[in-house]
Amino acid sequence: MKPALSVIFFTVLSGTGYGLWCLLGAALAAGLYPFAGDGVLVPLAFGFALVTAGLLASTSHLGRPERAWRALSQWRSSWLSREGIASLVTYLPMLAVAWLAFAGDAGSGLRTAGALLSLCALATILCTANIYRSIKTIAAWRTPQVLPLYFMFALLSGGLWLWAWLALAPGRATALGFPLALLALAVVAAIIKVDHWKRIDALPRNTAGHATGLESMGRVRAFEGPVTEESYLTREMAFVLARKHGVRLRRIALTLFALVPVLGIVIALPSGAMWLAPIAAFAAIAGLFVERWLFFAEARHAVAAFFPQMQA
Amino acid sequence: MTSLPAPAKKKLGLVIDLDICVGCHACAVACKEWNDGGDFGPLPDDDPYGAEPLGVWFNRVHSYEVLPLAASTTHDPTTPRIHDPQPAPAAPARPLDSRGRGQPATSQIPHMVHFPRSCLHCETPDCVTVCPTGASYKRADDGIVLVDQDKCIGCQLCAWACPYGAREIALPHPKAPASDAGRKGTKRGTMQKCTLCVDRIYNETLDEGDRQPACVLACPTRARMFGDLGDPDSDVSKVVAERQGFALMPEFGYQPVNRYLPPRARRDGSASASPAEVAEETLDTGQLPPLLRWLDKALSR
Repeated sequence: MKPALSVIFFTVLSGTGYGLWCLLGAALAAGLYPFAGDGVLVPLAFGFALVTAGLLASTSHLGRPERAWRALSQWRSSWLSREGIASLVTYLPMLAVAWLAFAGDAGSGLRTAGALLSLCALATILCTANIYRSIKTIAAWRTPQVLPLYFMFALLSGGLWLWAWLALAPGRATALGFPLALLALAVVAAIIKVDHWKRIDALPRNTAGHATGLESMGRVRAFEGPVTEESYLTREMAFVLARKHGVRLRRIALTLFALVPVLGIVIALPSGAMWLAPIAAFAAIAGLFVERWLFFAEARHAVAAFFPQMQA
Repeated sequence: MTSLPAPAKKKLGLVIDLDICVGCHACAVACKEWNDGGDFGPLPDDDPYGAEPLGVWFNRVHSYEVLPLAASTTHDPTTPRIHDPQPAPAAPARPLDSRGRGQPATSQIPHMVHFPRSCLHCETPDCVTVCPTGASYKRADDGIVLVDQDKCIGCQLCAWACPYGAREIALPHPKAPASDAGRKGTKRGTMQKCTLCVDRIYNETLDEGDRQPACVLACPTRARMFGDLGDPDSDVSKVVAERQGFALMPEFGYQPVNRYLPPRARRDGSASASPAEVAEETLDTGQLPPLLRWLDKALSR
């Protein structure tokens, strides 16, 4: 599949924003969040910037962005429609948290709003992952690792930003539990991602013989495509560029989203070098851009089997 | 509404005979012509006379070379199959000799199959259910799958969901000058697909014989047939039953309506002609009288 920058920006930035909101909301709901007032508003606003930037980026993937509102209508059948609704609904508890934090409320109202924010953010991530999982023609996205990875990556990269805020905010919170949980999450996410890569490398490929239904006649080879030039289908779905540098890009992604944050946490906690926290968060987001680029670029679409471009 | 309608009794669709299709692309051109100007047009082309033309076609004709498996071999281990976890590398392309005949690597003569590909108007397609706007829909009364051009936002999820490559979006050419953006037809930004010529088949301003999809009327070998595949007594259903017409990639569960008729076995009764037999026919030109030898030489050029 062609890796469209708009969709990569959307899934990485909005995912990070929803992960940040999810953890912030959960901490507020559980009464574990150490700050009030501005200490809530700053990470909330940062999440808002990430989520909104991602959603705006996603509209540039549309041929008719001015009609985007129509996407809210088909929630009965379409995960994309559900995702659109969930993403907008999540702004409501976010505004409630913002208003309550601004008003200095720290009681049950804020806890309830925090819980709702956390749940809505999780629901949005679920919808995003299911948009891809629901595409039956792309076997790489039907694997069991895709859903947990979307949740883990959102929570990891959003969580690293939240940790960076907690560690650097005035009156720093130095609890160890949260960064250690992020460290564990980075390790688990890396293991599952490597497992996913192994899985997609072993997936059977569609063949011209199978696609045309002629395989019982013999060995089928695409002799000529329908046109000598490219078409929408060969540009969008027969994208072959990624495989050449796949191994190197996978290493870069793993290093950035897992190794750098793990080292950052391991070094920062004993030494108190908290300036490492935002570096870890930046690295994770950069690593996820590479991971997401590969998520699209390495995914093979069933229709590619019709075209001579896809044959070795 | 992108939820699917209850299954219709009437299932309009096409039957495509791979045995007699000659790959002339007349169906594709007739389709392009009708639909560029019909109710669903335009079908924009970008950079049509430039170095990299790009445009929407509802119907595209591929050509495949099928190398028959040797009669004695039930399974050729080098044949990649979808169920093989590690598909074997594809066979190297065989060079053609000066007469265009396949060279020997596998001791078989290839069979050329021309393969028109368009929307199969599936009974339970995901291209309809994944649509977030309700633009992509299946008609309840005859099963035709259409895109409402006034609702489509161009998210392309329906095209991703289709394993048959039936949908193409009309987007401006990436290298088209910005000044082209407003020109009629250069930017639609919406998904395009075969309409089964819904603006022809019910069109009472056309003669009754012309109320057929443009591709069907254009086919010079009658390799395309249009009809109701939900009616077991229709001509199309009968020919599908008789010729064992098949559906493409049924494993996706979309239940395509269109059917393809397989190429018939070769006239000698086998699916293949072994080049060994062909090779036996070689002529010893040394035995020929000079005139015929000259004729053989001239004809062999």
